[in-house]
Amino acid sequence: MTDRPSWAPPGIDPTVPSVSRIYDYFLGGSHNFEADREAARVAIQAFPGIPKIGQANRAVMRRAVRFAVDRGITQFLDIGSGIPTFGNVHEVAQAASPGAKVVYVDNDPVAVAHSRAVLEGNDEATVVMADLRDPRSILEAPETRAMLDLRRPMALMLVAVVHFLSDEERPAEIIATLRDALAPGSVMVVTHATMDGPTPQGQRGAQQVYQRTTTPLIMRTREQLEPFFDGFELVEPGVVPLPYWRPDTPPADDDDPAVLHGLAGVGLKR
Amino acid sequence: MTPGPATAGDGAGKAPAGAPEDSLRRFAAIWSRAIYPLTATSMTRTEFEDHLVPLARLLDRALQASPFDPRAAVPVGTALVAAHCTDPEALPSILGVIDAYLVLYCAPDLTVDEARARCARLQHAVAVGFAQAMRERTLQEQEAILHAAISARADAEAALAGSEARFRAVFESAAIGIGIADMDGRVLEINDAVTRMFGSEAHVMRRNVGEWVHPDNGPEVRGLNGEMLRGEREGYHVEKAYPRADGSVLWANLKVSLLRDAEGRPQYQLALLEDITERRGLLRRLRHQATHDALTGLPNRTHFFESLDRALSAGPGGRLGVCYLDLDGFKAVNDSLGHAVGDRLLVAVAERLRSCLTSPDQLVARIGGDEFVALYTDPPDAAEVVALAQRILDALSTPVSLDGRELPVHGSIGIVHGPTRGRAAADVLRSADITMYRAKELGGNRYEVADPEADARAITRHGLTNRLPLALERGEFFIEYQPLIALEDGSIRGAEALVRWCHPVHGVLGPDRFIPLAESTGQIVPLGRWVLQAAARQARSWQSPDGGCAPHVNVNLSPMQLHHPDLVAEVARALDESGLPPASLCLEVTESALIGADEDALKPLRRIADLGVEIALDDFGTGYSNLSSLRWLPVSVLKLDRAFTRGLRHSPPDPVDSKIVEGIVSLAHGLGLTVTVEGVETRAQAEQLRALGCDTGQGWYYGRPGPPEALHKLAMADA
Ligand SMILES: C[S@@+](CC[C@H](N)C(=O)[O-])C[C@H]1O[C@@H](n2cnc3c(N)ncnc32)[C@H](O)[C@@H]1O
Repeated sequence: MTDRPSWAPPGIDPTVPSVSRIYDYFLGGSHNFEADREAARVAIQAFPGIPKIGQANRAVMRRAVRFAVDRGITQFLDIGSGIPTFGNVHEVAQAASPGAKVVYVDNDPVAVAHSRAVLEGNDEATVVMADLRDPRSILEAPETRAMLDLRRPMALMLVAVVHFLSDEERPAEIIATLRDALAPGSVMVVTHATMDGPTPQGQRGAQQVYQRTTTPLIMRTREQLEPFFDGFELVEPGVVPLPYWRPDTPPADDDDPAVLHGLAGVGLKR
Repeated sequence: MTPGPATAGDGAGKAPAGAPEDSLRRFAAIWSRAIYPLTATSMTRTEFEDHLVPLARLLDRALQASPFDPRAAVPVGTALVAAHCTDPEALPSILGVIDAYLVLYCAPDLTVDEARARCARLQHAVAVGFAQAMRERTLQEQEAILHAAISARADAEAALAGSEARFRAVFESAAIGIGIADMDGRVLEINDAVTRMFGSEAHVMRRNVGEWVHPDNGPEVRGLNGEMLRGEREGYHVEKAYPRADGSVLWANLKVSLLRDAEGRPQYQLALLEDITERRGLLRRLRHQATHDALTGLPNRTHFFESLDRALSAGPGGRLGVCYLDLDGFKAVNDSLGHAVGDRLLVAVAERLRSCLTSPDQLVARIGGDEFVALYTDPPDAAEVVALAQRILDALSTPVSLDGRELPVHGSIGIVHGPTRGRAAADVLRSADITMYRAKELGGNRYEVADPEADARAITRHGLTNRLPLALERGEFFIEYQPLIALEDGSIRGAEALVRWCHPVHGVLGPDRFIPLAESTGQIVPLGRWVLQAAARQARSWQSPDGGCAPHVNVNLSPMQLHHPDLVAEVARALDESGLPPASLCLEVTESALIGADEDALKPLRRIADLGVEIALDDFGTGYSNLSSLRWLPVSVLKLDRAFTRGLRHSPPDPVDSKIVEGIVSLAHGLGLTVTVEGVETRAQAEQLRALGCDTGQGWYYGRPGPPEALHKLAMADA
């Protein structure tokens, strides 16, 4: 598999590390290949706190899903959903609100194939292979159309995915396109990697790892995230480090400070 | 941390029921604090702690069970893996807490040694459960991800196969021809459209791309493929001719490009072909129509100018020859025999002209009604051009027979020959045209060679023609009046209005210099209108307020004016606007203009006469002089040409001339016409003419043409 056929979409070649499988490894999963593990190990070496960021990120996602359910939202569009492991959006959402509908979206075909297998038999959740850079293709996918009612509020989950969009790809415009399709009362959940925080050195090392994947990682500051929330009202406490977004229990002192390298924010569409 | 033994003592009697709930909770709290940081769970700490309580209870039961079976603790390890304590480093912490706190918090009803031993064995069982679960889970996940990878690949392959199938369908059913060849020019694949275009698949497949040649392809097409293969160009786009399987020509709009591999190395050449044979044929027909004369099939004016421009833009040292031919008297043929005959005559002439061409660098075109031009590109010398002109004259020397009638055709030719440098097409043609006119003026049926001096004179004439419209606008014309004298008593009867052109460059020009030009270009109509109006106004101003006997004014009408549909209306308007009584206006018409005129043509003149306007027949005696026609022409005055008066200038007068004049006068008087004589220059003449019965005289003896005031003075003196 050295000369990857040019038609193969990103992620399908097991010799090239994939974002979703590296992430799975961080979360302790085995849905990965040696190339992914190798890349993950290099990243962890540069920045040992990474798996903790992943974990904190999953935790925020869970809290945010519950926040949405508490607002009466029962539809979820999770873009960049990755490889389902545990505590996935549909599990959390459907546990809190049976019958909640979930559409997962990812551009990694392996992640999508795996999601499809996991979701088999679940009529309330489905997966679409599409790219965030083409938001219309997501909104217009037949699965989206069939599962979600765009006239009613929903939760748009952009969890640990926007940092894979470069500035040239105009993430704010992409998000605005999605926003315009949302009914008022919808929420948008964004988590994002940042250089703000205690150990930017290590962050940079980890960032380099992603240069080897087909999707480099772009760190952004809290200010740089603001345009993403255009047309949304940020709910309390605003854009904050992962553990500080509506924690169930106060953040503990023994939390790995690395988790501060993730930002989370939730906006409410007016 | 609360020490356990206190509670342990309380619960000793309920040993089989296990440790109290709060002890287990406390154990779970310690356990959670130790391993939570090492898990990947998304549960909160509290949730995680809650999750551990049943596991603690299980351990407690297993510790105290009788008989003791350590395997009961295996599911604890399994459950921890399920809760995502999958970090290998988690196991020591998991076991460490059990080792340190389980016995303490459960306070089993066992000896210390027994409790320790059991606790150790339970730890082994948890480790076994953990390891097994880890292995299970890892295998399961690996299998899942492999399945996912395989199915993703299968999907992608299916998509590719689908797209390949779609591509095949497009390739096969495309209306446009598509061919793929390798870099050596071997044809690998062609679609049906190509086969259809060439008429055979084998015909195309057999041949190397480089072998396709066709004589219709220009040199610019030839090197293109080589240049592309050598990397000198990315591709090319041309119209190219190919031999079809049946030998006929296929014209294709061809677009060739290179297909490259991932590294950018060219691998194949891709050709797209569109059959434009028919379109091209149509274009050629259209082009032929646009550049050829429909009647004779000769190249037309456009074609001629294109060829002329090409000849003129050929490099330095080029020469050219032009023979400009205008048929003599062709208008008369058209007028007398009709256009159909005229057209057939032109076709016959064209045929003869074609036969005069002796080499491909000679071309003959029809550039106007009866005008033809022969163009000779790079003639060897002037003699050859003259020879061409002579051949043309010779070809026209025998009459053309049409419907048994022998029609003579002659032409006048203007020849231009010389170097092409510094000449413009329009100049060449003008020079040829002028020279042709010179040939015509010299009697026609001959050629003349352009000469700059003759050109210059003729150019003046051209210049005048071109300037006429502007001159009228700018008021460069004026009128002089020549008195008409009653011979009987020498009184002023009126005056003839004579138009002059005060040309800004050439000075005052007489009507003979520009009236024929105006007549040939149609400018005579507006000019004549202006003269009529001005003369009428002038005549009105001569009339005394008391309406006494006022001078007439005579105005000339040219043949073209005579045939102009608005003539009657214009005369009426001139009278109306000036207030001149109709009887004070006399329109002079030449005899030749009325010759052959039928009743219809005379109708306007009659209507003018009916208005009360006098009509004079001018220049009587110069032409055909059909005396009998005087009977029915609507004229009231005869103007005898000066030729008749010449013999009467001296005394004694020429007896023949006297007799003729006398005869005409008596005839005219018999028909009720008055007679005016022109050219009266001497007193003797005046006497003679009066004696012969002429009514009115005009000439230098009485007065030259002059400004209106002069006439007025004369009239005053007269009165
Ligand atoms: C770090 S994972 C996040 C997974 C999940 N949202 C979470 O936070 O647990 C990022 C995922 O985004 C996907 N991704 C990256 N760029 C994407 C894009 N342009 N369109 C769709 N998915 C993308 C990757 O394939 C990967 O599965």
